[in-house]
Amino acid sequence: MTTNPQRRIDVAGLAIALLLLVLAGVVWWDMTKLQILSPYDLGPKVMPIIVSIGLAVLGLGNAISAFRGDLPERDSLDWKPIILILGGLAILIALISLGWGFMIGTAILFATTSAAFGRRAFVVDLLIGAGLAVFIYLLLGKLLTLSLPAGPLENLF
Amino acid sequence: MEAFFSLASGLSVAIQPMNLLFALIGVLLGTAVGVLPGIGPALTVALLLPITFKLDPAGSIIMFAGIYYGGMYGGSTTAILINTPGESASMATALEGNLMAKAGRGGPALATAAIGSFVAGTIATLGLTFLAPYLVDIAVSFGPEDYFALMCVAFVTVSATFGDSPVRGLTSLFIGLMLGLVGIDILSGQSRLSFGVPELYDNIEVTTLAVGLFAVGEALYVASRRHIVEEKLEPVRGSLWMTKEDWKRSWKPWLRGTLYGFPIGALPAGGAEIPTFLSYSTEKRLTKYPDQFGKGAIEGVAGPEAANNASAAGTLVPLLTLGLPTSATAAMMLAGFQQYGLNPGPLLFAERPDLVWGLIASLFIANAMLLVLNLPLVGLWVRLLAIPQPWLYAGILVFATIGTIAANPSPVELIMLAVFGVLGFLMRRFDFPIAPVVVGLILGPVAESQLRRALSISLGDPMVLLQSPISATLLAIALIALILPFVMKGLGRFKAVED
Repeated sequence: MTTNPQRRIDVAGLAIALLLLVLAGVVWWDMTKLQILSPYDLGPKVMPIIVSIGLAVLGLGNAISAFRGDLPERDSLDWKPIILILGGLAILIALISLGWGFMIGTAILFATTSAAFGRRAFVVDLLIGAGLAVFIYLLLGKLLTLSLPAGPLENLF
Repeated sequence: MEAFFSLASGLSVAIQPMNLLFALIGVLLGTAVGVLPGIGPALTVALLLPITFKLDPAGSIIMFAGIYYGGMYGGSTTAILINTPGESASMATALEGNLMAKAGRGGPALATAAIGSFVAGTIATLGLTFLAPYLVDIAVSFGPEDYFALMCVAFVTVSATFGDSPVRGLTSLFIGLMLGLVGIDILSGQSRLSFGVPELYDNIEVTTLAVGLFAVGEALYVASRRHIVEEKLEPVRGSLWMTKEDWKRSWKPWLRGTLYGFPIGALPAGGAEIPTFLSYSTEKRLTKYPDQFGKGAIEGVAGPEAANNASAAGTLVPLLTLGLPTSATAAMMLAGFQQYGLNPGPLLFAERPDLVWGLIASLFIANAMLLVLNLPLVGLWVRLLAIPQPWLYAGILVFATIGTIAANPSPVELIMLAVFGVLGFLMRRFDFPIAPVVVGLILGPVAESQLRRALSISLGDPMVLLQSPISATLLAIALIALILPFVMKGLGRFKAVED
C-alpha cells in the first residue's frame, strides 16, 4: 500500500469498490428469498432493493474514484499493534466461548492492547488488567446486577 | 407563553435530587471523555447504554444530555492544550487556541471557550425551548410519506452534502442502511440478511456497532499510526482569567458563533463542523487585529467554541421534535430513548411532557454546572491527560468488550464488535465518515417502516411520495442537497478552510 503522487490506479480503492458490489449482490440475493404477503406493495423487499441498488451505484462510484486516484493519501502502516489488539480480542472471545468467564480474557486483552501502544511490561499490565476486571465485575455484576459470562474465577466472588 | 409553563414544570423535574445527581455525573463524565483523546461523547453514551438499562429513563437521558454538553466543553480543553481536537467539532478551536497556549495565554483561551460555551449553550437551549413546540405542532400534521421524505433529507445532508467526498459519505450511509436490514422484519416476520445465525435475528445492536466503530476502530487506528504522530501537552501558564480587553474581544464572537451554530445544528444539516469553521472564517474577516490571526487570536477561539455548543443544542431540536438524529452523539441519544421504548417526536411531547421538558430544563442546569466546574477545575482535567496512552486505550477496550457482553452475553456479539472495529479502522484509514453508518443503522429501519406505511395506505402507488406537498418539497430539497456537492466541488472546503 504505497501512496502515489501521480494519479495511478488505487488498488485498495478498487478492492473497496469490488466489496461494495459483492455486498450489493448479497443483499439482492437475500431479497429474492423474501415473500410478499400483501398484494399491493413490495413489503419487506422495498428497502433491500433500494439498499442493493445504492450499494451497486456506490461501488461504481468508488471504482471511478480509484481509477482517478481520488482517494486520500495514506500513511505507512504498522501491522504489529493491530495484530496484538485483534489477537487479544480473539483470545477473549475464545475463552468466553469455552466457558472460562471473562476475567482472564479481559486481563489478556488489557495487556496486549497496552503492548500494542508500546508498553513493555506485560506481566504488570496483566495484573492491572485483572484488577480492572475484578473492579468492573463487582461494579456491573454485583452492584448493577447485569449478567456477565462467569467462569471458575468469577464464581470465587 | 406555553413554553414558559412547560419549562417551569420541566424545572420541577430537573431539580429533583436524583436528576440533579444524574446531570452532575453526566457533565463530569462528559468533560472527562471530552478531555481524553480517543473517546468522544458518542462512544461514552454507547458504553453507558447497556449499563443504564435498568435505571430510571428520565435520569439516564438527563445524564446522556449532560455527557453531550460536557463532551463539547472538554473537547476544547484538549484542542487548546495539545492541539489534538477530541472530535471534529473542536478542530477550529485548536487552530488559534493552541497558538494562544503556546504563547502563554492558555488560561484566557480556556476561559473564553468555557464562558462562550455557557453563553452559547444557554441562548441555544432557550432557542430549543421556544422552537420545539412550534415544530411539534408542524410535525403532528406529517403523514408517513412526509416523515420518509424528511429522513431522506437527513440521510443526504448527514452523509453527502458537506463531507469531503459525497461518494464516500453515501457509501458509509448505505453500509449503515444495509446493517439496519439485518434481522427479523417486524411487519412480515421474515428474517433478512441473517444467514441462519440466531444472534442476527434480533437486529444489530446499535451499541455494538457504535462501540466497535468508535472504540475498537479508533484504538486500532491510533496504534497503527503511533510511530508517526507525536502529541505535546502545553502547560497552562499565567493567569486563568480574561482581561477586560479579552472580554471586549470575545462577546461579539460568542453571539455570532451562536447565530451560526444553533440554526445549522437545528436544521437537519448535521454536525458542528460547518458552523465552527464558518464562525472561524467570519471572525478572521471581522477582527480588528488581523495580524494576530495565526499567532493566537482570542476571537478565533471564542467564536468557534460558541458555535460548537450552540450547534449541540440545535441538534436536539430535530432529535426531540422529529426523532431525527443528525450527529453520531444524537444518534446514540436516540438509541438511549429507544432502549426504554420511548420514541422522540410529537407524541413524546404529548405523552411524556415531564420527561421531555425535564430534559430541556436540565440542559440549563448542566450548562451552569459546566461553567462552575470547568474553569476552577481545569488543572484537574488537564491531569487526566497524564494517563499513559497504553493504559488509556487498554482500559477503553476493556470497557468496550465488557459493556458489549453485559448487553448481550454471547461470544457472537464480541465477534461482531471485532468486525465493526476492523470496519472502523478501515473507514478511518480510507477517510470514510463514521457518523453516517450509525445514523443509517438507527434511522434506516424507521425510514423503512414509514415508507411501507405510506405505500400500503396508497395501495402500493409510489406516487404518494410526490402527491403530498410537504413530502414533495422535502424530496426536492434532498435531491438538491445530493446533487449540489457534485456540481459545486467547493462545499467540502467548509471543513478545511485553514490548511
